[in-house]
Amino acid sequence: MANTPHLPAEVSRRSMLKGSAGALATAGLVGGLPTLLAACGSSGGSSSGGSASGKVSIGSNYSDANVKSAFSKVIAGYSNAGKVSVNTVDHNSFQNNISNYLQGNPNDVFCWFAGNRAKFFAAQGLLTPIDDVWDKIGDHFTDAVKAASKGDDGHYYLVPWVNYPWVMFYKKSVFTKYGYSVPTTWDDLITLCKQMQSDGFANPIAIGQKDGWPAMGTFDIINMRINGYQFHVDLMAHKESWTDPKVLNVFKQWAELMPYYTPGATGRTWQDAVKIFDGNKTSAMIFQGTDQVGPQLAKENLPDLEFFAFPQITPDYPTDSAIDAPIDGFLMSKKVHNHAGAVALLEYLGSAKAEQTFLQPNPSDIGTATDYDTSTYTPLQKASVDIIKNTKNIAQFLDRDTRPDFAYPIVQNALNDFLNDPSSYSSVCSKLEAQAKTIFTS
Amino acid sequence: MSADTATPTAAPRRRRRRSVRRLTGRDRVVITLMIIVPLLLDIALIWGPAVATVFLSFTDAHGIGPIHGVGTQNYHVVRTIDPEFWPAVRHNVLWLVEFTVIATPLGMLLAVLLDRGIRGSRIYQSIFFLPVMLSLALIGIIWEVVYSPQFGLINGILHNTKPGSAIDWLGDPKLNLWSVLVEATWRQTGYVMVLYLAGLKAFDPALREAAQIDGANGWQLFWKVTFPTLRPINIVIAVITVIESLRAFDLVWVTNGGTNGLELLSAMITQDITSAASRIGYGSAIGVVLLVISLVPIVTFLIVQFRRQDER
Repeated sequence: MANTPHLPAEVSRRSMLKGSAGALATAGLVGGLPTLLAACGSSGGSSSGGSASGKVSIGSNYSDANVKSAFSKVIAGYSNAGKVSVNTVDHNSFQNNISNYLQGNPNDVFCWFAGNRAKFFAAQGLLTPIDDVWDKIGDHFTDAVKAASKGDDGHYYLVPWVNYPWVMFYKKSVFTKYGYSVPTTWDDLITLCKQMQSDGFANPIAIGQKDGWPAMGTFDIINMRINGYQFHVDLMAHKESWTDPKVLNVFKQWAELMPYYTPGATGRTWQDAVKIFDGNKTSAMIFQGTDQVGPQLAKENLPDLEFFAFPQITPDYPTDSAIDAPIDGFLMSKKVHNHAGAVALLEYLGSAKAEQTFLQPNPSDIGTATDYDTSTYTPLQKASVDIIKNTKNIAQFLDRDTRPDFAYPIVQNALNDFLNDPSSYSSVCSKLEAQAKTIFTS
Repeated sequence: MSADTATPTAAPRRRRRRSVRRLTGRDRVVITLMIIVPLLLDIALIWGPAVATVFLSFTDAHGIGPIHGVGTQNYHVVRTIDPEFWPAVRHNVLWLVEFTVIATPLGMLLAVLLDRGIRGSRIYQSIFFLPVMLSLALIGIIWEVVYSPQFGLINGILHNTKPGSAIDWLGDPKLNLWSVLVEATWRQTGYVMVLYLAGLKAFDPALREAAQIDGANGWQLFWKVTFPTLRPINIVIAVITVIESLRAFDLVWVTNGGTNGLELLSAMITQDITSAASRIGYGSAIGVVLLVISLVPIVTFLIVQFRRQDER
């Protein structure tokens, strides 16, 4: 970011002092903390307007080695690959710096998520609407995905890419060995957990909440099973109160599961929870996204992995009424340097071909394009496709459906408090509501 | 630089004025730069951010869009609504108390023992000083291996590594602050030991001999002779103890990001300002609270220092 002033070879000490004093004065006047933090911008292209064959830059948060190489294969498959520069930033830093990044010198196109997390930036005027891209790619997506790709103003902003469902995982071999059947109602689930405990699984459901977000998935699904998808949307937008008896019911219901969880959830990472589940000793189920469980499982155990939709709690909202299935995708920044080039790149990224190239080494997610060649899918991916296709409402997950400053650290800490002491749910709710009031007014 | 510029400031006023007049233009430029550069550095790196923080704490700055003044609302929310704030203050205070009561005295005790020239003194010194050479983040990672419930050293020795019943030293919110304080003490003790050892080396042995001839025992020798004589180093250690406990951050951040029983003011500020939340105005308000708390020991230290100078 900062340009080091070029010093001539012969420079007196005093002129150098003057120079650095000037540079510092400028830094002091212009630079505050936010500028210092916005260290992940790129140099960007120079041509404005641009052409489809011109230079395009893309900001990527696919920073893990295997995902990074898969993404570079995707770019290599683009007809104009030579003109695309990929700026890869560590996943967490990318997310934490996003607002500075977008206001600084962002790349033309960048990786992001569907839901309120994209709508928020669209509403702030930091994104370019991409209705022109959707004119080309629109036929390949379902209505649910289309809805998730629009901003509050009705324009398209997101090119959807891959997604995955949040479901309850189990091992086929374990269920066969003990003669368990998939629970379809809450009572079935509790009965199953009790049976598992008597069969030696001390903590039937593995859980790890150290990173602050995995338990949000369980909150979402119990909320949608008791109060429905629309209530979830309204609660996330704080159109409903956290002290509403409906929310209290969610926590009361959830508390019934506590005897069946691995104790000490808030100190355990979800990776360790998956390992406990994979060990088949103390736990036999885990509620997570396929995107997380798949890669953490021992490879030889993958074919044994199956899942079921979270059981029904009230007949008003059956298991096919709603599910969390977060979509990852791409957005175009407001300060796009080469609009035509960015449009062309997004059209390519929105194709089944690009999705397939990306998912080939990573068979835990599924593509969002309807013309994806499903014959390449593993059984687990096929099951993911089915459950997403057959579910009426797709939620994006708590931290993508609400404001980022509300999800972290506020909801995160509230869920930790609840898991540490399930009887504290009413104070958890009143604290959440008090904080929501301060967040959603600003 | 001419010798004239080195004239002591205590010199009579007339003479000083004359010597200034004798400066060449070149000297004046040098002096001006020597004042301006540190001054600008000070303003840009210390006063600028500090004043900006105070200013931002009265706004709703979010990193996006226009900034609106909100009066003292942030402070009100911090004090009355934020469930993390009071635990964080309590943990910061606990950190300070633990350092003052355990870590620092322990370091001083080690220094006094090692100063007696026991056998293998150098080896002990190296062992106790080793943690100081490691970064705090690294210390956090090392101790995670020791504390890990399933694979850790302690639970291995206790023969209790079963998920669920194993003690989760860093995960259990009732325990983890104490576990992290052990990590912090592990380092702080060595730090204080080295500082105090340096002071003890400079201690005039004649004083000790005189006291011993007068019949002082070890306890009296330390409290009546050594400790009062080492007043300057005692002040340094007191200041370091306070600073190290107020800037406590790295260990809790590495362990779990300052949540779930490890809330600290510094971690709250980082969560609010640098995360996706971008609650810059709100985080600044917590920053100002920490600044005000830090000012208490800093001002106390400065008053003591100035008073001492006046006494001379």
